[in-house]
Order: sequence, then structure tokens, then C-alpha cells
Amino acid sequence: MNTTQTTNVNSNSSILYRWLAIIVVLAALLSLPYGLRYQHQDLLIFLVINFLVVVSYRLMTLTGEWSLIHLVIVGVGAYSSAMLTKFLGLSFWLALPIGGLGGAMVAAMLCYPLFRTSQFYFLIGSFAAGESIRLLWIYDIGTFGGTSGIHGLPLPELFGIDFGEAINYYYLVLVVVGICLALLYRLEKSRVGLTLRAIHWQPKLAESIGVNAWGYRSAAFIVASFFAGVAGVLKVHYLGNLNPHQFDITPMVFVLIWVIVGGYRTFYGPILGAVVLVVFDEVLRSFQGFEDIRPAIYGFILILSILYLPDGLESLAKKPIDYVYKWLFNK
Amino acid sequence: MKILEVNNLTKQFSGLTALNDVSISVEEGEIRGLIGPNGAGKSTLFKNIAGFQDPTIGEIVFDGQNITGKKPHDIASMGAVSTFQECTLFEDLTVLEHLLVGCHIRAKANIFESILGGFSNKYTKKQVQAMDRALEVMDFVGLSERQDQQASALPLGSQRALSIAIAVCANPKVLLMDEPFAGMNIEETMQMVKLTRKIRDTGVTILIVEHDMKAVMELCESLSVLNFGTLLAEGLPGEIRQNEEVINAYLGGLKK
Repeated sequence: MNTTQTTNVNSNSSILYRWLAIIVVLAALLSLPYGLRYQHQDLLIFLVINFLVVVSYRLMTLTGEWSLIHLVIVGVGAYSSAMLTKFLGLSFWLALPIGGLGGAMVAAMLCYPLFRTSQFYFLIGSFAAGESIRLLWIYDIGTFGGTSGIHGLPLPELFGIDFGEAINYYYLVLVVVGICLALLYRLEKSRVGLTLRAIHWQPKLAESIGVNAWGYRSAAFIVASFFAGVAGVLKVHYLGNLNPHQFDITPMVFVLIWVIVGGYRTFYGPILGAVVLVVFDEVLRSFQGFEDIRPAIYGFILILSILYLPDGLESLAKKPIDYVYKWLFNK
Repeated sequence: MKILEVNNLTKQFSGLTALNDVSISVEEGEIRGLIGPNGAGKSTLFKNIAGFQDPTIGEIVFDGQNITGKKPHDIASMGAVSTFQECTLFEDLTVLEHLLVGCHIRAKANIFESILGGFSNKYTKKQVQAMDRALEVMDFVGLSERQDQQASALPLGSQRALSIAIAVCANPKVLLMDEPFAGMNIEETMQMVKLTRKIRDTGVTILIVEHDMKAVMELCESLSVLNFGTLLAEGLPGEIRQNEEVINAYLGGLKK
């Protein structure tokens, strides 16, 4: 209640501050890679791509369903693009949206069987569906390259910019991910987003006022999969190769942990989770002898966060943000 | 004119017959009560009409169209909207947001329009339409002052009013209410009775499934009584009150 009133009263200055905040964040993001070492620049690129993975995953969770197939869909986008660019010689710029469409198409085909179930059964069903797609990649050596995958993927080409250079690729990723996140943000704040949240709380009540819950769940899944596919394309073209193991259950669990630890109630929660945990992981890695127990530490953090921070890191971040907000407007 | 007809409806759950050959017809513009002791099959009938369950035998005709076996959201789109007894609200949404969701049928937005948002004239128009209707209904049920409160923070009476307001947003021809008075005190019940009448006066036919005899007797113009899955009696509240079979059913096992 308070926030809407405040924005009404201070609409002009609040818009100004919002733009200021956006400019500051943008400047920070643009200058960030210059202060980093080479391997950390790589890490930064994958982190930004993962923003898109976690935020699109969250669109799914808005309807109340958690899946384990999201990373396989990322893989579908990656494989589509890899095969199109490598075997058919298509340009990266065309393969980027087509990779997204590939992910969306696979999701659309899975909607009918998967959304006949819900909750826990949906989770298991999505895992099974994902594994069968992955097994297809592993056993079909002809087209998908089996366990060793596909190598030597081309880099994007544009006005002779060298996208092999980490900083250039970083800017490319920043632009693409930025656009995708803006689209997802607008979708969430729209009437469709509101309907998705309603379905999350009370699917029956939503149906009783004419909402096709099945249709909306499917739509959320398909849209989330489109953006997952785009993320997959961005990822593998920087790596230059791909194989089925990049998309197995372990990294999927990491995505889940980022979303849960970060918090899934707000748009920025999963991003926060990804940033904090990836940085934390990197710090751990710099200490010798911690490598083997890193998964255990991750698990420990997950347990701690479920016990003491059920609303995720976002609930911690909310207080200082509100505080700054109040301080700015003397409220 | 009959707006809702249930013809020879039977519902079986693996051997158990919950409803046996029940026929009810509801006149346009009336407030009809559906009563009966526990386990009489009231809620089953309600769920069958709203589309959450499909009848084993029989058909349901709404507004001249056969709606048997249709999905709940299709039935709602045709104009038969239901409210539930368990206090079902979208918890962390505000009162206004609830009503905006309630306007779904009249302002359905697709994904592309939604992403365009303010850049799409169609979307803007729908948004304005939904907002107008939401504000109108909010005023109608007297929740305007609570516009920005979360639903879970409302007192029970207001929560119930909100759940009915959501249904009203959907422009029902028939409003199906499942135990709207459950758990309410006398004052809240009276307010709900008033609200229900007010909705009827806007031309909505109302079918109430209810336990609270006092409120039902006061509110409904005619009653249908179910017992053990069969229709026991039908008539005006005064007649029902005198009906021996009904009294026996409620007092239990005093059959001669």
C-alpha cells in the first residue's frame, strides 16, 4: 500500500531516481569486465547468460509448477543452433531466435502429457522427459554426436568485431540478455503475469472465473522455454562445443538452488541468488583443498536458506532497499 | 424462463451413488437454495454444474445449451460462475488485483499484447476496461477502502465478499455459491444476505448450496432439499419448513 502511495506522490523524482539507478547499474555492468582477469571474464559471461536461465525458469514457477527439464531445454536451443550453424552454415544471428523457437517447440510438444500431472508428479514427469531427450543426444551419434557432442561451433560475425575476445562477447550477451529480461519483466507485470500468479495460488478459483489454467501453464512453459533456448545458443557459441553432459541433472540442481536461495517471489531474486552463489563458489575455489567438498557446502547453504531464509536472499535485500527508498523520499 | 436445468443427473464414485436421478430447474432471476443434511450430495451436484466433475448419467442445460462434460473455464465463460466455500483467494494479491483477475473473460490479453503493454492499443483498452469494471464492482461490494490490502489480511466477512466480487466481475448470468455463510457470525451473515440480494437485483440468478438454515430461509425464494443423493422436496421456504419428510431427514431416522 505504501509503495503505491509514495510513487504517486513523488512520481517525478521517483522516475528520475529509477533512471539514475538504471544508469549506475548499466555503467557498472559495462565497465565490470575491465577489472577482471581472463578466467573471471569467462565466468562473468556465463553468469549473465545464467541470469536468463534462472529468470525464465522463474516464469514457470510463477504458475506454481517446478520442473527439472529447464536445462535440457537450454540444451535443445544449443543443439538446434549448433547443428544449424555447423552443418547448414546458417548465421549465428538467425540461429539465435531459431534456437529459442526450438526450445519452445519441444516444450509445446511436452505440454499435453506433462500438464496432465501437477506438483510432485509434474516434477518427476519433467525430469523423465528431459532425460529421454538427453539420452537421444547420447545415443544418436550420427546427428547429435553422441557423448562427445559437437565441436568447432562458429562465433558470431558482425562488422568484423572479434567475438572470440571475451569483452566483446560479454557485450553481445549483455545486449541479448538485457532485451530478453526486459521482455520477461514486462510480461510478468502485465495481465498475463497477474493471471499466472492467480493460477499459482488457486487454480480452481481461477478456472471458475473463466481462466484456462492448462492453457496458461502451457503458455508460461513455452515462453520460458523460448528464452531458455536463447540462453543455450549464447552459451555454446562462446564455448565452441557442446555435449549432453552440460545439460544433465547436476547443473539443473544448481539452477534450482540459485532460484530457491535467491528467492522466487520477485523478479530479481533468482538473479541475486545466481550472483551471490557463483561469486561464493569462486571464492571457495581459490582456497586450496576445498574443491572436493564444494557440493557439500552448496547443500549446506541450501538447507540453511530454507530454514532461516524461506523467502530467499531477496528478503534480506528488501530491507536495505526499502531503507534507501525511505531515506531518499524522507518518508 | 428456465436458465439452468439439471435433468436426471446421476453421479457414481466407484460403486457409491452420490446423486441418484436428480432433476432441478432454476428460473431466471430467482434465488434458489439447495439444502440437505451432511452427505446429501449438495456439493457433488454443485461441482457437476460448475464442471469440476462430470456426471455419470444425465445432462445439465444452461441458458439453452448443454454444458454436460464441459470444462469449468468454458462454463464460466458462458456465464455460470461459481464461488467456493473453503476461503479460496489468491493470497498475496491485493484486493484490486483479485478483481482484475476476475475480469479475465472480458479482458483476455495474449502474450504478445502483454509484452507490448502500453504500446498496444488493444492491450491498453482491455486494461482500462478491466480497471473500470474492477473499481465498479469494488464499490458495489463496499471494498473500495481496502483496495491495496492483501487478501490474506482481510477479515473473514470481507474475504467472503471479495470472493463473491471476483465472480461478479466475470459478469455471471448464474452465480453458484457454495456455502457462503459457513463460519460467519450473525452480523456478517446479514451483510452477506444483503449483498446476495443486491447482486440478484442486478439481474443475476443465484443458486446457493448452504448449511445455515436460518440464512437460507430468510434469503431464498425457493428451496430444493436433497437427502441421500435424491431430491426430497421442493418448494417455498414456508412449505419446506412444514414438510414432514424434510424434518425427519434433518432430525435423522425418525421414519415411520
